[in-house]
Amino acid sequence: MIGIEHYLVVSSILFVMGVLGIFLNRKNVIIILMAIELILLAVNINLVAFSAFLGDLTGQIFAMFVLTVAAGEAAIGLAILMIYFRGRGTIAVDDVNRMKG
Amino acid sequence: MNLASSLYFARPEIILSVAALALLMVAAWRSNASKLISMLSVAALVAAGVWSAHLMFSPSFELGGDAFDGLYRMDAFGSLSKLLIYSAAAISLIIAPRFLSNMGAMRGEYPVLVLFAVVGMGIMVSANDLLTLYIGLELNSLAAYVLASFARHDERSAEAGLKYFVLGALASGILLFGMSLIYGFAGSTDFTAIGKALSGEMGMGALFGVVFVLSGLAFKISAAPFHMWTPDVYEGAPTPVTAFFASAPKVAATALLIRVTITAFGDQTFVWQQIIMVVAIMSILIGAAGAIGQNNLKRLLAYSSINNIGFILIGLAAGTAEGVSAMLVYLAIYVAMTLGGFVCLMQLRNRDGSLREDMSDIAGLSQTRPALAAIFAIFMFSLAGIPPLFGFWGKVVVFNAAVAAGLLPLAVIGIAASVIGAFYYLKVVKVMYFDEAKDIIVVENDRSLIWTGALLAAFVSPLGYLLISPLGQLTDKAASALF
Repeated sequence: MIGIEHYLVVSSILFVMGVLGIFLNRKNVIIILMAIELILLAVNINLVAFSAFLGDLTGQIFAMFVLTVAAGEAAIGLAILMIYFRGRGTIAVDDVNRMKG
Repeated sequence: MNLASSLYFARPEIILSVAALALLMVAAWRSNASKLISMLSVAALVAAGVWSAHLMFSPSFELGGDAFDGLYRMDAFGSLSKLLIYSAAAISLIIAPRFLSNMGAMRGEYPVLVLFAVVGMGIMVSANDLLTLYIGLELNSLAAYVLASFARHDERSAEAGLKYFVLGALASGILLFGMSLIYGFAGSTDFTAIGKALSGEMGMGALFGVVFVLSGLAFKISAAPFHMWTPDVYEGAPTPVTAFFASAPKVAATALLIRVTITAFGDQTFVWQQIIMVVAIMSILIGAAGAIGQNNLKRLLAYSSINNIGFILIGLAAGTAEGVSAMLVYLAIYVAMTLGGFVCLMQLRNRDGSLREDMSDIAGLSQTRPALAAIFAIFMFSLAGIPPLFGFWGKVVVFNAAVAAGLLPLAVIGIAASVIGAFYYLKVVKVMYFDEAKDIIVVENDRSLIWTGALLAAFVSPLGYLLISPLGQLTDKAASALF
């Protein structure tokens, strides 16, 4: 029998992978965008699992809102990335260092 | 509550969103109307502010009220925070047009984005449900990411936008994960229901949820140890945008943090109090120590804002109505001081017209531009909390609340650390008044900057003490709405 704890374990693993994806990746900003998406999807698994477990619809509605906002967030992220690429000609994470201090 | 009263309570947000959408259309069809759009945006902010004031002062709404089935709450706390947010946003709209057009970056979308961010902030401070909280926070953040990279042809601005986006999205993710845990373990997303469900002994899952939510919110108010993005974003973003970031969103996120901790986690004061105390002390120390070596004045003001957030959180650590009222007083004074600091920075230009923002550029400013140097010095002394100025009063009320709540050690550490902080504020004054002038700074004849600077300086000058009692009454009324 698959219970709520299994869902929580899966979503926690996905969440940690997302956070590590932001901090460990040194190559490409696009991968960071994917990691952010992974974090939001981990949250969605949580919300839907809790919603089914509690027999309460709020979690599923919340998940729809998260999906919508995630789409907007990805669009804005890619737009900012475009501006950045036009100015610098690279999107490598190690090169994002014009400011230090 | 029926729909009519819900719409009545949410009128400030409705005014602002309709105005922002209409002005977005104007911006799309009339590319040279950016100044007009700025003025109309300020007018919309004034209208929304008048409405918030009406909701706050009219006796029939004394107790506040829920709107949209408890998703949104109208009360004196939210209305006062909104008045602060609207004033800060209006000031950052007034000072921006001339500056940005000199950079070649002024477009009609700037005031529109500020308006959208302000709508988000209004929803944040009135949120009474995790869902409304999230929508408001994201509306604010998404507009802010674009604002940070608004000077599209400036590499630093694009980099600031990118960094802000990545770290801001991570913070939203952490916050959201915490909210999903709280929803699961409390069984509801409504703040009042969460408050009831989380009374008594708290389980591991809910505890994780509370910690994640607090971390996400600490990120948004740039409190240490989640402050890494602040100096870079503040340095890279165009200065009017930085002034906006340092004022309005800080008020909104702090108010949101207050509402979440007091209403949703109200029975778990002991749990979050420890976290807030550690975060407050770290912010004060890191904000003070980090600023010492800074050469760029925008970075210095970024660390100063981290430092000030630490002082504000001391009021929250007290966990009392007095503490919340003190936080609102401090926020009002802080907004004036920090906006004033950036207004002074915006007036620094070289003879060839290029912008200056380094410590060495203000050397000998008192000889070349005595009025500007004097106003800048007033803001620096006030930020340092030197008595005749109004910044001192903010620190007094916050420490007073902490001592009254029995947090004497916290207050002592805070006061000791504010001495470290005074070092770099005084260093700015020393460079302006005692160093040899190297470069002639030209103050452009931008009346909006001069007048706003003078007005804000008057507010933080000893004249501000005349406002102690009305300000105290307002913040007490706002704080009592939460308890």
